[in-house]
Amino acid sequence: MGRLFAVVVTVITLLSVSFFVMHTWWMPVDISTTGPAIDHQLEETMTGSGLLFLGGQLLLGLFVWQSSDKNPARKIKIFPGGANPLVAAAIILVGIEILTLTFVGSKAWAAVNLVPAAADSLHIDVQAEQFAFYFRYAGPDGQFGGLHPDKIDDGSGNYFGLDPANDVAARDDVVVGSLVIPVNRPILLTLHSKDVGHSFYVPELRIQQDFVPGIEIPVHFTATQTGKFEIVCTQLCGLGHYNMKAYLQVMSEADYEQWLKGQEGQ
Amino acid sequence: MATTTLPPGADIALDDHGSGGPPEIAPRPGHVTGSGSHAQKSETGMWVAVSAIGMSFAAFTSAMIVRQDSSTDWQHFQLPHVLYLNTLILLGSSVTLELSRQRIGAIQGAARHASASAKNLLANGIYWLYLTAALGLIFVLGQILAWRNLAAQGLFLATNPSSSFFYVFTALHAVHLLGGMGGLFYVLRKLVRSGGAAETSGLSAFSIYWHFMDLLWVYLLLLLAIRV
Amino acid sequence: MHETSASHAAHQHTAPTSFIRKHVFSLDHKVIGKQYYDLALVAVFIGMGLSWLMRIHLGWPAWPIPLLDKLSAVGAPGGVMTPEYYLSLMTMHGTIMVFFVLTNAPFSAFGNYFLPIQIGAEDMAFPRFNMMSFWTIFVAFIVMMTAFFVTDGPPIAGWTSYAPLSAVGGDAGPGMRLGQTLWAVSIAIFCISSLLGALNFIATTLDLRTKGMSLARMPLSTWAWFVTAVIALLAFAALLPATILLILDRTAGTSFFIPAGLVLSDKLQPHSGGSPLLWQHLFWFFGHPEVYIAILPSIGIVSHIIPVFARKPLLGPRAAIGCIMATGFLSYMVWGHHMFVSGMSPFSANLFSVPTLFITIPMTILTLLLIGSVYGAKMRFTAASLFCLGFISVFISGGISGFFLAQPSIDIYLHATYFVVAHFHFVMAVASIFGVFAGTYFWFPKMFGRMMNEGLGKLHFWLTFIGVYCVFMPMHYLGLAGNVRRYSAFTDDYLIPLIPVHKFITVAALLTGAAQFIFLFNLIWSRFKGPIASENPWEATTLEWSTTSPPPFDNFGGRHMVVYHGADEYGVQSSDGKDYIMQTSPEKVPAR
Repeated sequence: MGRLFAVVVTVITLLSVSFFVMHTWWMPVDISTTGPAIDHQLEETMTGSGLLFLGGQLLLGLFVWQSSDKNPARKIKIFPGGANPLVAAAIILVGIEILTLTFVGSKAWAAVNLVPAAADSLHIDVQAEQFAFYFRYAGPDGQFGGLHPDKIDDGSGNYFGLDPANDVAARDDVVVGSLVIPVNRPILLTLHSKDVGHSFYVPELRIQQDFVPGIEIPVHFTATQTGKFEIVCTQLCGLGHYNMKAYLQVMSEADYEQWLKGQEGQ
Repeated sequence: MATTTLPPGADIALDDHGSGGPPEIAPRPGHVTGSGSHAQKSETGMWVAVSAIGMSFAAFTSAMIVRQDSSTDWQHFQLPHVLYLNTLILLGSSVTLELSRQRIGAIQGAARHASASAKNLLANGIYWLYLTAALGLIFVLGQILAWRNLAAQGLFLATNPSSSFFYVFTALHAVHLLGGMGGLFYVLRKLVRSGGAAETSGLSAFSIYWHFMDLLWVYLLLLLAIRV
Repeated sequence: MHETSASHAAHQHTAPTSFIRKHVFSLDHKVIGKQYYDLALVAVFIGMGLSWLMRIHLGWPAWPIPLLDKLSAVGAPGGVMTPEYYLSLMTMHGTIMVFFVLTNAPFSAFGNYFLPIQIGAEDMAFPRFNMMSFWTIFVAFIVMMTAFFVTDGPPIAGWTSYAPLSAVGGDAGPGMRLGQTLWAVSIAIFCISSLLGALNFIATTLDLRTKGMSLARMPLSTWAWFVTAVIALLAFAALLPATILLILDRTAGTSFFIPAGLVLSDKLQPHSGGSPLLWQHLFWFFGHPEVYIAILPSIGIVSHIIPVFARKPLLGPRAAIGCIMATGFLSYMVWGHHMFVSGMSPFSANLFSVPTLFITIPMTILTLLLIGSVYGAKMRFTAASLFCLGFISVFISGGISGFFLAQPSIDIYLHATYFVVAHFHFVMAVASIFGVFAGTYFWFPKMFGRMMNEGLGKLHFWLTFIGVYCVFMPMHYLGLAGNVRRYSAFTDDYLIPLIPVHKFITVAALLTGAAQFIFLFNLIWSRFKGPIASENPWEATTLEWSTTSPPPFDNFGGRHMVVYHGADEYGVQSSDGKDYIMQTSPEKVPAR
């Protein structure tokens, strides 16, 4: 029975690891400037903890195999040196792992969250609601109109609660249903929620950030590749949560300008 | 059945694993296995209960601080003056409780000499306990006055976060206090039935609770005075 | 102070005779322990049934599930569940499993039954509170179940019930009217029950240990229950205020968690200034320690059982106790790692990340000590010991993925994906349940006086062990591919290619779940027909094996137990030719 256990544990371990090693299912290609550091961090963690995983499981299998030896003459043995070497091993191995991860990881985290957005960032406002995302560009005047929740009216397309009648800045604001951005330009999003918590997740950007009702949350990134990607909601927001999505379109600067002109003209 | 009681903590020294030596506490004949000392366990239980209550009010406190700092809608208001009077009454109830415990604690010593004096002490102790309960009740009634005072100013539970926290804190404290009074009557009943001999442990456990309720109230009042 | 005969008479030392006092409103910790166990058993099969329904829907969304429309005609017209009913089932699955199974079974059930016996006490310190804590939890369970039968169904906000979704009421969607209120009330009642239970565990451990039962001689299981009780006392004391404030927001119009200017169902909500993050902080301040409430008792149970079947002492019992305490302590400093993407200050992410990573040190030590205890053993392979070994394996698997999620930079990619689902199912659900299985096969003879069927037990182990890996290991891959959790269907372009993996998981989940009926059958059959158990069938040393199976009403039949040794005197030569020395045996332990 012990040998069977050892074999099963080993097979499970090797199978599990092989799918990680072969990248059978893996992250999509990164398209952001901050992504490579995160990917590097993840690979590092994968290697370190993968070795711990392999070591732990295989050692367990080996010891169980040995312990099933039925020879009656065999005496029980205490682990060489008792508990101390294991405690020391755990502290040293995991300690090193932790210190490396903290130092490397905090840099990757800092690049995403602690560095302020570049001054020339393109500002875009994002409104999340049950169950859609809307995006707002400042328009030719470069000014966003104020937000008035009491003016929100999905029926007439006033998703943000703008007040163009009294608010000049709001009149030329461009509101669209997908996020269109120029490639290689810093983007600064401001996240608002109309109703409950939502989240902004683009796997390719390696970015996930909650929308928290009542507070405005900035997110900044720079996309390095053009293309069409999915933005999905990852914070449980109600019955249509699974279906809450929008597209991120990364365009060349020229295409973007043309697209924006077209929107402003409407 | 005679029970030998060990000094608390006597048997909790960490010994070496598997030393095989004699137990560090020699077994004594007639010891009731694992029944523990009644006094010890009710007091331990009370300290544990009190720390849980303290923890939940700590959570409420942090909720209040976070809530006040998260928005600009916090509206300050004047605390009803009756609260200060209530505080004095509640503090007074702690004094009467201690006076009662003094008398009941002296019963066993007195019982050896003259039973008349023991009876006297018991009657006296019970009298102070009733007074403690009465003061507790007056305090709760006083809190109700404070709520009426606020309501008259148009401050209700949902009016403003400040009034919300005021009602939540005072109501929960009052509920705990009323619960304590239930405990007090339980102790009183046992005290009367046993002629004062038993349940001094119940009384000391109760007094931990009651004094804690006192302290908790003073803390809440200070918190409300500072933040509301 | 001396106990008098008067108070002694009041103490229940004679067994009650009426059916109600004996089996329903019993003060006997053993009966209460079994009641907790049975409640957890009912809950776990309901929870598992819900997971089956969800898995079937995820693999084959269009399949009508027979009889599901009978449970809710609105939620599953024609047997095909609506997206909101999926979320309802998911919320109930999480809530039932975390609260009524993972907290109840390893901690309240086994702890109630065995903590007093293992320290040589006749009962818990406060038997009346003990009875109350079970019956309050029973009420909490009934209130929670009622949510299935109210008009708009169970809530859809998940077991974490994030505000303001959970706080604004019916405008937030189906299930958010009465269903969510029932949820909050049930959890508040659950908190009260858990506080009463924890109080009892702590006072009992501190004050009712028998002669010679020093803290260091307590079995690891009792240690784990004791530390868990301390954690539970503080954790549930923090959750209770949170649920009270949530109930007030829902029913009294206050604005603790609901900010101004929210528009739901085209209505501007009449609230202002509340903080959704406040709920998250309060909830996770409870929620993270709750993970340890679920897992530490199982670690204790496994550490208690492994030496019995390995026939050698646990390696480093003191280090293990230290690690359990360190984990309990650290568990209060890490709640923010659930909130890396919540919009709280990015600086605090680092503050929460470091202690989270540090907590892996005591956990790694514990795991290595368990592995090291297997080294050089003469292992007896029983269903109980197999589940202990399986526990070590799944605990490693679940713990390893914690390295990823503890780092904010990686968590922003993996947060809210199936990687997280895989992580917490392995580390707290599967591992904890493996501890419960091990405890059941091990202690069943003591609890019911009959042996369970070993053959069925081993079959149950193999199917479950392989099954859980088939269910939860692929979820890591899904998470890496960015598969979001809590989705009732996968309609996004990048998720559609992953559906075959979901189908595989569904099949594995159905089979693994079916294997649990072998366990259920074994449990019920052995209760009545199993071979009669001796006093000490496993040749174990601790006090529960020094009394009859099942123990008499006062646990030791009026005997006064005296303890001379630690819990792990295995692999020694005793004077009567055995390889172990009971804790109650006065003989000197020879050198190994």
